Parts: sequence; C-alpha cells; structure tokens
Amino acid sequence: MTSRPSPDIPEPKEMVERPVYLTYRYRANPQSNRFLHAIKQGLILGVRSKGSGKVLVPPPGVCPETGTLTPGEMIELSNNGTVLSYTIVHLPIPNSKLKPPFVVANILLDGADQAFSHLIAECELKDVQIGTRVRAKWKPEEEWDYGLENIEYFVLSGEPAVDIESHREARLQEAAKHA
Amino acid sequence: MTEQVAVIGIGQTARYRSKLNVSMAGLVREAALEALSDAGLEWKDIDALVIGKAPDMFEGVVMPEIMLAEALGGTGKPVIRVHTAGSVGGSTAIVAAQHIRSGQFQRVLTVTFEKQSESNAQWALSPSTPFRPHFNSGAGGMFAPVIRDYLRLSKAPEDIGCQVAVKDRQHACRNPRAQLQLPDITLEQVKESPMLWEPVRFLEACPSSDGACAMVMVNGKCTGSSANPPAWVHATSMRSEPSFYPWRNEVNPAAGRECAKELYQKAGISNPRKELDCAEIYVPFSWFEPIWLENLGFADEGEGWKLTESGATHLDGGDIPWNCSGGVLSSNPIGASGMIRFAEAALQVRSMAGEHQVNGARKAMGHAYGGHNQFFAMWVVGSSAP
Amino acid sequence: MRDVAIVSYAQAPMQRDAGGRTDVELLVPVMDQALAGAQLGRKDIDFVCSGSCDYLAGAAFSFVMAVDALGATPCAQESHVEMDAAWALYEAWLKFQCGEIDTALIYGFGKSAPGDLPDVLSLQLDPYYTQPLWPDSISLAAIQAQMSIAKGCFSEREMAQVVAESRRNAQRNPHAQLKGEYAVDGLLSEPTFVSPLRRHDCSPISDGCSVLILASKEKAAALCERPAWIKGLDHRMESHFLGTRDLTTSASSKQSAEALQLDRDKLDCAELYAPFSHQQLILQQALGLKENTDINRSGGALAGHVLMAAGLDRFGAAAQEIFAGRADRALAHATSGPCLQQNLFGVLEGAA
Repeated sequence: MTSRPSPDIPEPKEMVERPVYLTYRYRANPQSNRFLHAIKQGLILGVRSKGSGKVLVPPPGVCPETGTLTPGEMIELSNNGTVLSYTIVHLPIPNSKLKPPFVVANILLDGADQAFSHLIAECELKDVQIGTRVRAKWKPEEEWDYGLENIEYFVLSGEPAVDIESHREARLQEAAKHA
Repeated sequence: MTEQVAVIGIGQTARYRSKLNVSMAGLVREAALEALSDAGLEWKDIDALVIGKAPDMFEGVVMPEIMLAEALGGTGKPVIRVHTAGSVGGSTAIVAAQHIRSGQFQRVLTVTFEKQSESNAQWALSPSTPFRPHFNSGAGGMFAPVIRDYLRLSKAPEDIGCQVAVKDRQHACRNPRAQLQLPDITLEQVKESPMLWEPVRFLEACPSSDGACAMVMVNGKCTGSSANPPAWVHATSMRSEPSFYPWRNEVNPAAGRECAKELYQKAGISNPRKELDCAEIYVPFSWFEPIWLENLGFADEGEGWKLTESGATHLDGGDIPWNCSGGVLSSNPIGASGMIRFAEAALQVRSMAGEHQVNGARKAMGHAYGGHNQFFAMWVVGSSAP
Repeated sequence: MRDVAIVSYAQAPMQRDAGGRTDVELLVPVMDQALAGAQLGRKDIDFVCSGSCDYLAGAAFSFVMAVDALGATPCAQESHVEMDAAWALYEAWLKFQCGEIDTALIYGFGKSAPGDLPDVLSLQLDPYYTQPLWPDSISLAAIQAQMSIAKGCFSEREMAQVVAESRRNAQRNPHAQLKGEYAVDGLLSEPTFVSPLRRHDCSPISDGCSVLILASKEKAAALCERPAWIKGLDHRMESHFLGTRDLTTSASSKQSAEALQLDRDKLDCAELYAPFSHQQLILQQALGLKENTDINRSGGALAGHVLMAAGLDRFGAAAQEIFAGRADRALAHATSGPCLQQNLFGVLEGAA
C-alpha cells in the first residue's frame, strides 16, 4: 500500500540541527597557578620531576614517566629552544585568526626535557627543520595575560641547528644527576 | 582451563559514507543483523553484548549503550561499553573474546560504531586542555610532526606515503563497503592533492565516516550454527603508554612493540612477514604504513618504507598484503575502525573477503591504535583452531 | 570459575569541589595508598582498567590523562570503560577467568564540580524523542519515586529513614561528604525540591576517585589478611524508554539475584548504589533483602557520590566490611543509566 504525503503535510524532515551548549568551569592547580602567574610576568617556569629528574613544561601535576606528583622545584627556563618536530598547517582552522600556511612546532626550551606546541613565524617555511634553533617573541607587555599565548610565536634565533640525538644524550645525563 | 574463541558472524555497514541517513540504532542494527545472519543465530541466542566506540562527543550522546541496548537485543542481558580512544574497535573485540574465553558466556555479540556526522569530528578530535593555547589542528596536526620525524630518521623518499595512499585506494575498489571508491587514482593525483599538514596531503588522509561493524563470537564448540567457516582467535594483546613524556619515542612507540611481541609469542609467530598471510593494520595517514611495518616487526627499524616501495604489501603480487579492504585510509568511522581491521582479518581466514581476498589466507593479523600513538590492541586469527 | 579477591581499596575524600587539582593529581595518592595496602608496586600489577566519562570531564579522551598515573615503564596492559568503574572491575574479573592475570588495579574517577551534572546526565537519554525535552536526572528519579509512592511501595517517611540512616552510618567513613545525626521528622519537615524528592533524598555532587586491587587465589593470601572473595558477578540491562518498563521495581536486579543464587538469609550487609533514597528501597524490595542485612554501612551514595566511581565504592565498602571481620558475606551493587536502568551485582565472602 503506497501513501503520498498530502499537500498540507510538508516533506518529511530528515535532519534536525540541535546545538547543545554545556559550560565547564575549570580551575588551575597550584603548579599551573604559579606557571600562569609567572608567564604573566614574562617568565617561563618548568618543574623538575623528583622521580625522573627531568624538567617538564608546562607543569603537568603528575610526572607521566614515573606516575608521581611533581610538587618539585620550579625552574625558570630560557626563551630559547630547539624544534623537536613540526608541521606546516595548510588547513584553515575554524574560528582562528591564523592564516595558513603556518608552522606548528613541538619546541624544547633550553633547560627543559619536554616540548610543548607553539607557532613559528617570521621565516621562510623551508628554514624550519628538526633541530632548528628558535627564540620566543612575546606580545607587547600590555597584552600579557595568563597563558602561553603571551608568546605570540617563536622566531628563528639564527644559531646553528642542533643534533637532536646529542641534545637528548646531554639532557638525559643532566636528569640523571637530579633523579 | 580456557575456552576456544571462534568468530562465526561478521557484519558491516553496506557502504561507509561521510553521512548516513539512518539513526544510530539503525546504523548498529544493520551490522548486527548481518553478523547474526552470518552466524545463523537470532537475537535471543546471544548471551552478552559488548559495545565499543570512541568519545561520545562524536554523536553528542553520553554513554549511548544506555539508549541503544534495546536496538541490539540487550534487554535482560549483560551489556558493557569499552572506550580506549582510536583502538577501541580492537579492544572491544578483545573484551568480547574474553567473555567467551573465560567460559562465562557461549555466544557474544560485539558492535562498534561511530556516527561522526552527527557532530563535528574535527572539534571532537581536538579537545582543548584548560590553560593551554589551543590550535585545534585535529588529528593530522598531532600526527604530522611524528611523520616528519620518521622521514628524518629513515631518510625515506618523500613519495612513500603517496604510494601507500594509492595502494589502499586500489584495494578499496575491491571492497564495495569502502567509502572512498577512486578507481582512477594515480600517484600524480595524490602528489598534487592539496597539502593539509605537511607532509600529509589530502589524498594521504583518511575520510571521516559513519559506520558500524559487528561480530558474533562463540565458544569453539558452538560453531555449527553458521553456514560459513569460523575464524579462530589465536591470540590477543593490548598495551598502553602515557601520551607525552620526555624523549618519548613516538615514531616507534614502546607500547606498540611490546604489544606485538606478546601477540607473536602467544600466537607462536617468530617472523610475522613470513608466517602471516595478510594483515589489516590501522593506517589513518599513509605514512603510518612504513611506521607500523617497523613497529610491528615486519621490517627492521628504518626499513619499513623499503617494504612498501617493493610492493610487498600490495594485494597483487605482494607477499604480505596490508589492508586489502582499503583500510582506514578508505573508510574511518573511528569507533568501528579497529573492529573493521579485526573483522577483515577474520574474513580473510574464512575466505569470505570477496574480491579483496588473499588466496589461501590461513592466518591474519588485525591491529588498532589510538590516542597519541599510545594505545594498541591486536589479534591473530586463523582458519584452524590454535 | 577462578577465585578472585579484592585485597585493597582506597578512596579520595569525597568533596563538593576538589578545586584546581586534576583527576590524575587526585588519583596518584589514592593509587599509592591502595597499592601500599596490598604491599604492591605499580610494576606488580598485571592489568589496569578504569571507568570515567568524557562528558563529565568536559573533554573527549579525558581518560587518557589518567594513564599518566601508571608511569611509562613497563608499558601497562590497560583498558577503559566509559562507565562506572564497577564495570571496569567486571572486565578485569573476566581476564582473571581467562587465566591471563594474577593482579589487577581498578580505578574510577570523576569531578562533577566543573560541569552541570543534571545537564550532562540528560544527554544519556535517547536523542530523538526524550533528550530534546531536557529531562534532568532528578526529575526522572522524582517521577519514579512518585509512581512508587502512589502504588504503595513505600512512603516518604521510609525515604527519610533511608537518608537518616545513611548520614548516621557515614559518620564511620572519614571520606564521606555528608554525615551526622538527623531526625526523620526534621528531614520530613524540609520543603520538597523536585517533588516528591527533598534535597536530602538526592545524592550530593562529589569530586573524587577510588582505587581497588584484585588478586587471584595464588596471590591474594600474601597481600591481604582477610581478602574479600568474589563469589559471583552478574549484570543486566533493562529497557531504556521509561514507559516500557516498570520503574517501581528493578527487574534486572531480580534477574541478577536469581543468577547469583542470592542467599538472603546469610547476607550480613549490602552496599547498594542508590543515587536517590527511594531507589535504595526499590532495590531492597526487588532483591527481597531481609532484616538481617544492613544496607549501606558506608552511608552509600547519599553520603558521597563520585560519578563513575560510586559503583566501585560499593565494592570497596563491602570489601572493607569483610577485611575488618565485620561481615562474612556482602552484596555490592552498581547502577548506570536513568532510574536504575542497568545494574551490576557482586557477592563477596570472607571465606575462600
């Protein structure tokens, strides 16, 4: 038995869009608090894991290598670092001011053993390699807030590139002294 | 005393697509019904239901086993829902196998799915950590730097990824279920496709798919109901490691290596390339083929790309075909993809893979990974009982 | 069936708001405590399984961060359910039955404070017909309570008695959130919140986490003086659509009781995961529990309700009664979904 919608009944709807909005209010843990307050003053702090002796940034609260809390000493880190790895993003990111192509890199600051993601700009894309040396470029001080976004991006420092494997060896030796 | 586990029913979405016009219940039932039919069983014959899928943000329904259990005949039965990120399809199959192996259940239906068109997959794949800058660059943004590092370490030619992309889509043309059907695909096309996250080009990346995959697993003594031969589970293995820790090897992750080592030891395999007839391996971005070839011991470290380049992983002429189904590169309903790998391996040893069958396949491997190259689930199935 | 026992259990203090500490920061000390309780290190654990919920945390893949608590080496054999950790316990128990492991560590965690819990739970409902109305978990429970009262299953006074007993019992638990002496008449004089439920008929919102350790027969005796042996585990699902099942009883609980051959005469205590006072009565009645069985010596979920750990907490609390020699047989229960839709039961005994 076939049926046709009567002229008064509109075409059946196949899809209904229903946005759902949920709000979550997060608070920073004590170490993150210190990190964020410091970065508002233009300082980058890492935390040394008591278990592994390695320096983590931003401070994670728990050292993932040893599974221990890291209430250890917080250490001021350099603005200089090395590109551990990177990609060049060509896909526009929704709701972002960043215009592709741009570089997102995992940057290992001097004194740290863990990299974090940030942007690299003011350079030829081809000049970014693993081992390239970079330096933080901060936004104007009056724009500083509580976040790594105070660093607008990293720029090439001009120093010679670093051999990652040697750097790793040196850092592991350093960490062993503190473990 | 543990029981033998046999797969006697396999069901999948008829054709994976970026958006399927069916409800979530309809999506899972299609796969489940096909699996039951293959198994020669009905809903009432099933003792337990094991559901798996990736984050609920993909559909906007919290803990969907609650609202889907009825659609899968789960009323009055034990129902459990596994979530291990991208490897979930695989780990769900393993949990289902354990239901049987433990002797607690005789017949289990396991279903994995994702209906990521319901929500925004890119958003769901880019959770922001509070108090950190958020780049929302998605899975590609996370994996491309790992691939960059693989290129540096292996000195692989730049077009190896493109070769994988072509191969898997060629395989997909022999699998009517695969979402991407690109019969005219060429290496040039892939090389010229838009760059997404260097070095990953558009045609080197998986699609976003809706889909479901289901299996019926039974105690080895109960395989008689199916008109088709069973696939016997020889071994399963799971390993995890933290996402980030200083100097973590993301290119050849320890968890993957150890998971494979345990798998081969349990399955009595010392040379996977020689002793397996084919493998279904989770490759969502082309370069993961050479990366996993090394991680899983099919090739020595730094040599995975050579295996790809030689054609060894091609269905036509290769001695260790990988992803004859077209793989994740051709269809990727995230929560189901791991189980599709496991199921496709089972189809191979049951001689039910149709046009993408590896002739005489008797032992095959299924592999799934998730998170930041950190969660691994694998199995080996065979056409005879272990 | 292979004998498996609970050998250690620890929980974080249940609190309304754990503040800035992340789930994994809350978890590490509790994990250390549970391991110390069994004199084990992380390396001694064969399998880890956890329960948590992404939407509770407000982020996809939220369970991943907790994996940091395990450390990097050796690589863990680890799994996760997007359910209460009682189901993670079940997954681990199956692995014991496969003969694959001798020790397992189970954890459940959840911080309900950052989000709006009733909204989050509303998203569990079928998205086509029910969820768009945004029924919250409390209203649905209230409907269930109203139906039960109208049917004469129990009275508001009996609900208040459940609350009074919960708060009284909770005084023994240093980690409970709500505790104290409350007179039933005083509770009844409170205004209704979502009728017929009063505020105190609803469990509090709690942040926290719990860790429980399982061991096989071969290992348990060395790790615990009086292990809590798991004599049986059973779980069942019911129909989701509220109109298609009788909300005034718990059909799946009856099924499990039968499957476990529950001996009500010999049950010293039962830990029932009842997020609402009336649900404890529904469960008690459905299970046919007798006077000789104490319910929720820990205070139950009404004394502290860490979503995703509360079911595991019932197993932990029941185990503690056995560890201490205060019980020889205990029943532990976990629930999931609206109005007791899915239920899991375990029978624990002090004798192997």
